[in-house]
Amino acid sequence: MTTFDLNFAADHFTLFGLPRAQSLDLERLENSFRAVQAQVHPDKHAHAGDADRRLAMQWATRVNEAFQTLKSPGKRARYLLALFGHDPQIESNTAMPTEFLMSQMELREAVIEARAEANEDALDAVRLRLLSDIKVEYQRLAELIDVAKDFAAAANLVRQLMFQEKLLNEIDDALEAVTA
Amino acid sequence: MALLQIAEPGESAAPHEHRLAVGIDLGTTNSLVATVRSGMSVVLNDMQGRPLLPSVVAYAADGSVEVGYGAEAKQSIDPKNTIISVKRFMGRGRHDIAHVETLPYDFVDTEGMVKLKTVAGIKSPVEISAEILKTMRNRAEASLGGELTGAVITVPAYFDDAQRQATKDAARLAGLNVLRLLNEPTAAAIAYGLDNAAEGIYAVFDLGGGTFDISILRLSKGVFEVMATGGDSALGGDDFDHRIFCWIIERANLTPLSPQDARLLQMRAREAKEQLSQHGRVPITVKLDSGEYVDLTLTTEVFTEITRTLVQKTLVPTKKALRDAGLTVDEVRGVVMVGGSTRMPQIQHAVAELFKQEPLNNLDPEKVVALGAAIQANLLAGNRAAGDDWLLLDVIPLSLGLETMGGLVEKVIPRNSTIPIARAQDFTTFKDGQTAMSIQVVQGERELVSDCRSLARFELRGIPPMVAGAARIRVTFQVDADGLLSVTAREQTSGREARIAVKPAYGLSDDEIAGMLKDSFSHASDDAFRRALREAQVESQRLIEATQSALADAGDLLSVLERAHIDAAMTKLQTVMIGDDRRAIDEAMQALSAATNEFAARRMNQSVQRALSGRNVDQISL
Repeated sequence: MTTFDLNFAADHFTLFGLPRAQSLDLERLENSFRAVQAQVHPDKHAHAGDADRRLAMQWATRVNEAFQTLKSPGKRARYLLALFGHDPQIESNTAMPTEFLMSQMELREAVIEARAEANEDALDAVRLRLLSDIKVEYQRLAELIDVAKDFAAAANLVRQLMFQEKLLNEIDDALEAVTA
Repeated sequence: MALLQIAEPGESAAPHEHRLAVGIDLGTTNSLVATVRSGMSVVLNDMQGRPLLPSVVAYAADGSVEVGYGAEAKQSIDPKNTIISVKRFMGRGRHDIAHVETLPYDFVDTEGMVKLKTVAGIKSPVEISAEILKTMRNRAEASLGGELTGAVITVPAYFDDAQRQATKDAARLAGLNVLRLLNEPTAAAIAYGLDNAAEGIYAVFDLGGGTFDISILRLSKGVFEVMATGGDSALGGDDFDHRIFCWIIERANLTPLSPQDARLLQMRAREAKEQLSQHGRVPITVKLDSGEYVDLTLTTEVFTEITRTLVQKTLVPTKKALRDAGLTVDEVRGVVMVGGSTRMPQIQHAVAELFKQEPLNNLDPEKVVALGAAIQANLLAGNRAAGDDWLLLDVIPLSLGLETMGGLVEKVIPRNSTIPIARAQDFTTFKDGQTAMSIQVVQGERELVSDCRSLARFELRGIPPMVAGAARIRVTFQVDADGLLSVTAREQTSGREARIAVKPAYGLSDDEIAGMLKDSFSHASDDAFRRALREAQVESQRLIEATQSALADAGDLLSVLERAHIDAAMTKLQTVMIGDDRRAIDEAMQALSAATNEFAARRMNQSVQRALSGRNVDQISL
């Protein structure tokens, strides 16, 4: 058996015994998450001493955070790039290709219009189109990080994807407003 | 999954004796207490064999308190001092309470949580709820023949931090050791899931007397995972009663009513509602104090019509929870109905129509929450048999946020995040030399502070004076497994811990709780000193047992020196705990706790490694 130092400060991938990669076996992640959480969750230490209970809460918090980060492809990519020492510059770098910006503005206008008309079907249509775009982009992102190891290009794509996911949230808000 | 097999108390084998643990469903209308006995979860009845305890508390001028059926009988005679549905007031201000003008109570105008003026003095909802919990505790201890190790108390999943904290405070006031606050639909899912070996996506639709919850769970391989929850903490059977009440007043052309007549009509309205679950039409005949007669007939059609908007109000959060979980109705394998109010036919129809399937009604909707809570209490108390274990992953129902410039909310922890969870947020100073700042924490989904519930204002003091913007204060928000928030702060550049003064907007301060505890002791026969000493001794025993079992399991993780250090601390505690010096016991407990900190950390590391070993350790590439 490989021995490794698994402790509180271990990175998220090590914590779940997974390779550091953008493409990831979600089922394996879930199984690992459950196996680890089954050990550390506060419910498993409810009758133990104070020190154990405090530690259990910290560990369970840590494990939840790691799971949420790795489960979401966007968060996973940002975390992975940071692990590789490549800051994706989410806050400072807002430059994006003109073509991309144009297509996003088009989509955003469609959302605003559909929301104003309370057109649920139109919103659904934009949502589906965006979802399929995002899916394709994430496949490209995994190739950039895992195969090409082009972290600069990956960072650019991560920023674009965050932009698209923000729009997706706006569509969800609009759907909520329209259907409420 | 089989239910736990537990030996009879007295027969129980080493290493642990069976600990007495209960689940308490502290309901708006009725409360229940249940326990696991011989591997079966059972509701504990009162002396007359009745499972329910009406959540009614009556105060008398001599300071005596009556809880349950006796109190319920007084509600139309002395409505002002007979408190019903107190759960609706927990962690709530006066302005939050629906139909407050129709309630017969004398509300005391205070900041924060509403208080009620009774003949026995001013009472907070926490104290009133504590009376109900005390009655449940006494019933359990009489029935089980011993002191309780701990209790799981259920709360509506949609309860916010203030309402949860108030519930925990009430339990503390009732002398209960709270093992966990458990969300009601999650408790129901445990009872249902274990009973039916259910796997897949389930919705729990829980409409009680005063609260509505919808939870979407994924049940698989011993894991109960809440994917999303939603609801309305001020919507329940009471509101359906109120619609009938208003309908009677309108139909019978009644003039302003006396508090007694109002309460009488409310009771008749509720009876009519209950009968309509069985019959198509019910007569409502009442002779009022004023001499007026009411003689009406309510049909199912009319009832459905006047409550249509209430039913609709349950469907909106249900759809939202499904969206939050990223699911469509087709993916939901079953809908478990919980709460007495789900007996109403129009609720059954609406749920069936939305989910395109008949809802599951095979568990008693009034008992299932208490039964599930008892099963979880048994597990948490450490009574589980080998191999019989499950993991429960719950979520925070409402987003937590901070007030930013201009009264806007910055979300720190989004709703439906799996708990426990922590988030850190950095702050800086606005002026040169600033040494303090104030942070407002809110809970809710809206973008404006005024539309959210204010939980607390935190004041950070002791920030080292620096130029504006140079200080970096990291504030960490931790939500524990009970869904309760705590906050810590640290100034990053100096490493100094900033002091935090918490002003809960609706909760009670520690001083207020201490005062209530003192009051309750001065009225009770057992004296405060003996009880506090007894609690310290029980706690010491628990700590020693836990340490011994940890040493037996993983003593090899310690060096000889470390082992000797822990043994010495343990011996010290064993010596002082027999005496009656409470401070010495507390100090010895703290010393043992401190001596085992590092040991606990190593054991946790080891158990995490074990969880992964043999699975995929060989595939790790670092």
